[in-house]
Amino acid sequence: MEIIQVNELSKKAYQIRKLTLELLCEAKSGHTGGSLSEADILSVLYFSKMNIDPAKPDWEDRDRFILSKGHACPALYATLALKGYFPLESLSTLRKLGSKLQGHPDMKRTLGIDISTGSLGQGLSAGLGMALASRLLKKQNRIYVLLGCGELQEGQVWEAAMAAAHYKAANLTAIIDYNRLQIDGSNSEVMELSPLADKWRSFGWKVIEIDGHNIEQIVNAFEEAKQTVDCPSVIIAKTVKGKGVSFIENQVGWHGRVPTKEELAKALIELDERMKTL
Amino acid sequence: MKDLLSSRVAYGKSLVELGKTNPKVVVLDADLSKATQTVQFSEEFPERFFDMGIAEQNMMSCAAGMATFGLIPFVSTFAVFASMRAVEQIRNFIAYPKLNVKIVATHAGVEVGQDGATHQAIEDIAILRAIPNMVVIAPADWVSTKKAVQAIAEYQGPVYMRVGRSDHEPVYQSDFKFEIGKSVQLRSGKDLTIIAIGNMVSKALSVAEELSKLGFSIRVIDMHTVKPLDETAVIDAAKETKGIITVEDHTIIGGLGSAVSETLSSYNLAPVIRIGIQDRFGQSGIGDELLDYYGLSVSNIVDQSLEILK
Repeated sequence: MEIIQVNELSKKAYQIRKLTLELLCEAKSGHTGGSLSEADILSVLYFSKMNIDPAKPDWEDRDRFILSKGHACPALYATLALKGYFPLESLSTLRKLGSKLQGHPDMKRTLGIDISTGSLGQGLSAGLGMALASRLLKKQNRIYVLLGCGELQEGQVWEAAMAAAHYKAANLTAIIDYNRLQIDGSNSEVMELSPLADKWRSFGWKVIEIDGHNIEQIVNAFEEAKQTVDCPSVIIAKTVKGKGVSFIENQVGWHGRVPTKEELAKALIELDERMKTL
Repeated sequence: MKDLLSSRVAYGKSLVELGKTNPKVVVLDADLSKATQTVQFSEEFPERFFDMGIAEQNMMSCAAGMATFGLIPFVSTFAVFASMRAVEQIRNFIAYPKLNVKIVATHAGVEVGQDGATHQAIEDIAILRAIPNMVVIAPADWVSTKKAVQAIAEYQGPVYMRVGRSDHEPVYQSDFKFEIGKSVQLRSGKDLTIIAIGNMVSKALSVAEELSKLGFSIRVIDMHTVKPLDETAVIDAAKETKGIITVEDHTIIGGLGSAVSETLSSYNLAPVIRIGIQDRFGQSGIGDELLDYYGLSVSNIVDQSLEILK
């Protein structure tokens, strides 16, 4: 993969982060940590991997994306706006009365949202439904589901994991934003997830483990998933919650709080500086 | 000659008919296809049938995903699991985005019989009725069930339909028209109205027959759609007769009786007596025996009716 393209995708991820912090500050509530950790994954999906056209959000042959960790939608809204699904200006309406941008993704209000999410643990099931539908209709769509690590504690995720392997849903790719933090503490403190890769392998999935902030690894992982034809794939992407802003990174408290105006200014300076080093 | 048939068998047959004309229909079941009768569809259209195993929550959200591709998923399991084990999935992934998923649940009410309270959904209508965007239907017999399957397939949006387990003589002839949200007056009358759903409709007709022998004129309404409720029929009945008796194999809290009472609460028209399960759980026993035990017998409904008629 060319260095220029990697840098472009990295840059997009930083733009997603900057917009995310701005709109969260404006909304005065929302989820910061998990939005920043998924930015590189969203950048690769929306600006490189997915077969989509923002001019045709209902195009039936498009690839589908499900944000199973729906609370991290600020970064998705920023991504969709950057991609051209709706104007950047509308981002400032997030979480306000009458807005197209709800606190959790709403497919009926927001262009580019393939299914409404927010209640954790259900995205993979919906993705499986899409994967089975696509296959039945003899289409080539790929279905991507981004899950948080905490939501893997929901039993339904494992019902879906079992069913997807049973149905050999190779057109389904799960990505785990494995930042290892949830509301009450780390995964280990709240409810242990490891050995995570072994769990998925034992359920019959192809497991790809990567650094979720390394663009090249993310790109290659999606390629490897695409080449896997006999089972669904899961990309376990090790990430840092709050990635990109030093005072937000790895802080449990930043799951559900947003930056003040002063914190935003500081964060934007830091993100700009990091962008310059690309 | 009237054929004995259960609504669930009619459901299975209707799905096959529907599958022949509509390639978008897919069916999901949770290891109960023989009981829910979706087995008929699975034999005819194996590629469009998905056994999701004993995992109802995954099944519901999965159906939601299928609906986003333009398919029309019919999802079946026992009512107790459809309406309670997987209700949050129905609310957030099916009802909230108004996806075109049809949940057809069998084995509801104490009619279920010997499996006992754990398998007798007596709250399903109350629960599903409370969710915005949901249509809630309980057909009276197998003829009505066949028509209802066609009607809900044509309707764009989520539906919960509860179909009966046991064999019954049909209430309807095959030429009857089923319209979502439009009740059917099966018998005209001016003294009292009995509004019933599901397997209680035929019972309501027997009650009306008994009371007519005593000289009373009883209106009988099949309120097959509990939501949206046919409010006009309810208000007319309250205006034109001396009172209303609702009958359902369901708790009296939140179901048909509540829906009728809610409709009439803004008016001072007529008393309503709600006959159903009186805020308690069922138990094992033969279906008909249990219906009698819990007050859903012709004689009890006649007695309750006489309270108003006196």
